[in-house]
Amino acid sequence: MRIQLTSVFVDDQAKALHFYTEVLGFVKKHDVPVGEKDRWLTVVSPEEPGGTELLLEPMGHPAARTYRDALTEDGIPLAQFAVDDVNAEYERLRGLGVRFTQEPLEMGPVTTAVFDDTCGNLIQIATQPQ
Amino acid sequence: MGVADDLFKALADPTRRTILDELTQKSGQTLFEICSRLSMKHRLGISRQAVSQHLAVLEAAGLVETRREGRYKFHDLNTAPLRQIAERWLATEASDPSAVSAPSDTSGPSDPCDPEESTP
Repeated sequence: MRIQLTSVFVDDQAKALHFYTEVLGFVKKHDVPVGEKDRWLTVVSPEEPGGTELLLEPMGHPAARTYRDALTEDGIPLAQFAVDDVNAEYERLRGLGVRFTQEPLEMGPVTTAVFDDTCGNLIQIATQPQ
Repeated sequence: MGVADDLFKALADPTRRTILDELTQKSGQTLFEICSRLSMKHRLGISRQAVSQHLAVLEAAGLVETRREGRYKFHDLNTAPLRQIAERWLATEASDPSAVSAPSDTSGPSDPCDPEESTP
């Protein structure tokens, strides 16, 4: 068994694609129309083109919004990405206008930070010892 | 329960004092960040719900204030209530050593030897 795909619910797929590619730096992998306006839209890391895909899933179910908003209020991230240097990534993203709800925080061997993906989700980035 | 009782009750718990320590280092933390600091930095095995309850006690004592900003809720430290402690026992002596007035307790008469008094 392998983890090939994981997903986040997004308010707006076009806006999400822009943020996850232009700002975060992922690349589009699949973009297939589904139904009238939805897309099967996935991105991957350029460092691992064959790696786990992230599905930018339309916010279709009303319960998804309730769940997401409650977690966001408490600052709880819905996904976590690995970076080589949280502090460098924090500076880079902040320079691009990204809003952080948690600045880089060193906790033992792990450093994390949490930002808003502009599509309704909080995302954690983390640097862990190799 | 009086203001002073809320304050001392809030300070009586080591986990709540640790939360205050962390908010002293950086004000404006989400519940998630506070939980992360307690579990990762302090190795406290404590549920998010329990942290929420501790924060409610600190908020009732006026030591923590919550602030909504957009879709997030941040917790800020408020040290103003601690001045009551300084003024009650320290300021009087500093201003006039001869005039030591007995401060009134808001809780009324209670057994000074009661060991249950400070445990929540």
